[in-house]
Amino acid sequence: MISLNINQKEYQIDVNPDMPLLWAIRDIVGLTGTKYGCGVAQCGACVVLMNGQAVRSCVTKVSRAEGQKIVTIEGLSENNKHPLQLAWQEIDVPQCGYCQSGQLLSAAVLLRENPNPTDQDIDDAMAGNICRCGTYLRIRKAIHRAAEIQQKGIKNG
Amino acid sequence: MKHFAANRMRYFLPVKTIIIITTIVSIIGIMTTAFKSKTIFPIDHAKYLDKNKDSIESVQAFMKVYKVLMSPRCVNCHPAGDVPLQGDDSHLHTMFPKRGVDGKGLYAMKCANCHQPTNTAGLHTPPGNPNWHLPSADMKMVFQGRTAHQLAKQLSDPKQNGFKNKEQLISHASDQLVMSAWNPGEGRSLPPMSHGEFKKAWVTWINKGAYVPK
Repeated sequence: MISLNINQKEYQIDVNPDMPLLWAIRDIVGLTGTKYGCGVAQCGACVVLMNGQAVRSCVTKVSRAEGQKIVTIEGLSENNKHPLQLAWQEIDVPQCGYCQSGQLLSAAVLLRENPNPTDQDIDDAMAGNICRCGTYLRIRKAIHRAAEIQQKGIKNG
Repeated sequence: MKHFAANRMRYFLPVKTIIIITTIVSIIGIMTTAFKSKTIFPIDHAKYLDKNKDSIESVQAFMKVYKVLMSPRCVNCHPAGDVPLQGDDSHLHTMFPKRGVDGKGLYAMKCANCHQPTNTAGLHTPPGNPNWHLPSADMKMVFQGRTAHQLAKQLSDPKQNGFKNKEQLISHASDQLVMSAWNPGEGRSLPPMSHGEFKKAWVTWINKGAYVPK
């Protein structure tokens, strides 16, 4: 049995340790917000946070995730009030939405490490997340907006 | 007066000239001591008496080392810029991950986000190693574009080779990340010689004096 800590809950799953984490999250645990896009770590749709880092769950084995803190899109916030989620709603970023889980979690790492990112910082952080619908302009705008919301939240306490 | 002048002529010493010439020669002599070799092997006369050192064998060994270090498996992670290279044609890594300060990438594009502790199976998947990274920004250890002369000088200079001394330089050939070049994953060519041959050439180059090709 392998123990996974996902969104602050423990799950005991009986799987091959070499199973991709993405499969375990979607098919075993049932959290389907994380998507399968390419299976070879080239699109970013499968990004989840592992100990705060944006790993690609399609190539990450369950054995690597055991005992680590995993956060999926479902666990980004308690009540969808993360600054990024607020900004994404305000600017109406998604079209089909398929890539957006990965986009949000990658952006979450960016904003945590750089609360006031420049356009170049956004390029550096987000270049690995592909959007077939082309929502890049709104993603960039929403990240800037989320940074503002985050700063205001800090100021207001 | 005439007698005194004649005596002065017989015992003439150009004192001022001698002082000036001595001063100039001294300054030149002091300046030449500034030309020091900054390799791991300080140049001294003992070198010429050391039977172990052999400039010809050392340089011949380095030319073998150079072939390996300039192969894609090595150059790809020792790029001139801040984006790693990828593939047998050493194109810029897709998605343009950046080196970052510590060589481990930036934000959601850190090396270990995609590169797992072991190779991922299949074509066009990330090769793996527990310590996947580029050299840090303050010690880039660039191979891309280097001539044999430049690379040998760089490798034997502790200020450019990650502060390695002779022993550390020798053992670096068996570093796990270095050795992963010989297990690169599907679809990637191997370096032009076996690891054993490479290590032999590497150790020979160093032990025979780490001579720099012209």
